[in-house]
Amino acid sequence: MTPQPFSVAAIRELFPALRQKVYGKQLIYFDNGATSQKPQIVLDTLAQYYALENANIHRGVHYLSQQATSAYEEARKTIQHYIGAKGPQEIIFTKGTTDSINLVAFSFGERLKPGDEILISAMEHHSNIVPWQLLCERKGCHLRVIPISKSGELDLDAYDQMLSERTKLLAITHISNTLGTINPVKELIKKAHQVGAKVLLDGAQSIQHLQIDVKDLNCDFYTFSGHKVFGPTGIGVLYGKEDLLDSMPPYQGGGDMISKVTFERTTYNTLPLKFEAGTPHIAGAIGLGSAISFLKGIDMHAAAAHELELTQYAQGILDTFEGLHIIGEAKNKTSVVSFTIDGMHPFDIGTLLDKQGIAVRTGHHCTQPLMDFYQIPGTVRASFAFYNTKEEIDIFIAALERSIQILGA
Amino acid sequence: MSIQEKQQEIIDEFAIYDDWMDKYEYIIELGKSVPTLAPELKTKDRLIEGCQSNVWLATEIKEGKMHFSADSDAIITKGIIGLLIQVYNNESPADILQAELFFINQIGLAEHLSPTRANGLLSMVKRMKTEALQSLAK
Repeated sequence: MTPQPFSVAAIRELFPALRQKVYGKQLIYFDNGATSQKPQIVLDTLAQYYALENANIHRGVHYLSQQATSAYEEARKTIQHYIGAKGPQEIIFTKGTTDSINLVAFSFGERLKPGDEILISAMEHHSNIVPWQLLCERKGCHLRVIPISKSGELDLDAYDQMLSERTKLLAITHISNTLGTINPVKELIKKAHQVGAKVLLDGAQSIQHLQIDVKDLNCDFYTFSGHKVFGPTGIGVLYGKEDLLDSMPPYQGGGDMISKVTFERTTYNTLPLKFEAGTPHIAGAIGLGSAISFLKGIDMHAAAAHELELTQYAQGILDTFEGLHIIGEAKNKTSVVSFTIDGMHPFDIGTLLDKQGIAVRTGHHCTQPLMDFYQIPGTVRASFAFYNTKEEIDIFIAALERSIQILGA
Repeated sequence: MSIQEKQQEIIDEFAIYDDWMDKYEYIIELGKSVPTLAPELKTKDRLIEGCQSNVWLATEIKEGKMHFSADSDAIITKGIIGLLIQVYNNESPADILQAELFFINQIGLAEHLSPTRANGLLSMVKRMKTEALQSLAK
């Protein structure tokens, strides 16, 4: 599919949720970091699947089962091509990013030994912290944390110092959900590989903003969630290099992941089904395939430029507010503007914005260690998607001014 | 005034606001007027941690009546606390345990007391009732 020239107005037409009013006000949706809205085509695909194609996959001899199987496997190929994976066997359907990371922690984690080290960064989401802590407890490994600067950028010198032959895995976010920082992952991956470590990228916040090419990045694992990339909830992807996935033991046992079962010995299915025990989220996978096909019709470079413009526009205005602190001022950042205001609780600001029709996220954004680093209880976070506009930011700014006036008076 | 009557009074007060922002302006004003809890009373055992905002609750019993004072780091939470204190203060433990809490729903603030909201308010109401129950057991 050749992308259409990028037009925000045309894209907005495709998202029914953006047309609604809340509390009598036009909805302004700035909580895309938490989840994105869904285009009509994804909704239609889900309805069509349940209405006419619903059947269990991979085992039915009948017509519907074959239809469903082929739609499910087509979705896998769509995702494979979109992120530049070598083959469909490198795309594992999971419940989401969290599930993908846990899969790697349990399966790849089996090979880790006491004293081995896992590197993460100080800006990770809890989903990319806790599975590794659990793994370290099981295996006697050490979790080491790459520090960041106040501006929200990785300390690359510290990273160099921390890498050693003990490093077995670098698990790091591509784009920070709280700060918007785009990490220099290609460089990080190259250096990790030099000491023989594998690299997992948390792509929950990058696939919807950047054109991802896993071959070019050369990451060993890439994880993302369907619902943050305009697809359904409850579905996600683990990309892994084939030889690596092949060498890993199964994560969960059940139907679909086996080749032959006897009480004495069970042999496992080949990739990708080895990691997809039980009936998967068939509708979700097909819906995600549809969301990714939808993205193929969008000029993602133009979309990324638009999102960057929105980010800089919002940040530029907010910077002029007295007592307002932008949290996360990395040179390379996008789509997220997190801030605090002196003497005002993020919860109060978020509640007043909500009553004016504006959806933002407040709190610690599942990054409590990062909040501790900045010594704040939380932030107000506006996070943008390519369907947002400067006009919406203007309305948001006016609503924020009114909120500050009420709270400060 | 009974717990029932105090709740009705709050509902009547809120009836004049048909705009959400006016309603919240009122709650915020109320939050600002609720006395701050002295720092020495903000102890760990009085803290009710929420995902969004924290609440501290101090309880005293004088002549068989419950007296609550509370604080929060968020002003809207504190405003709603102010309303809850209005309703429950100077009431007997038995009355607090028996009374149905209906004003929050009626004035359209139910979202703040939903179990998923995690701002500490629902836990605070539970703690108020638990303390009432404990005082009866003594």
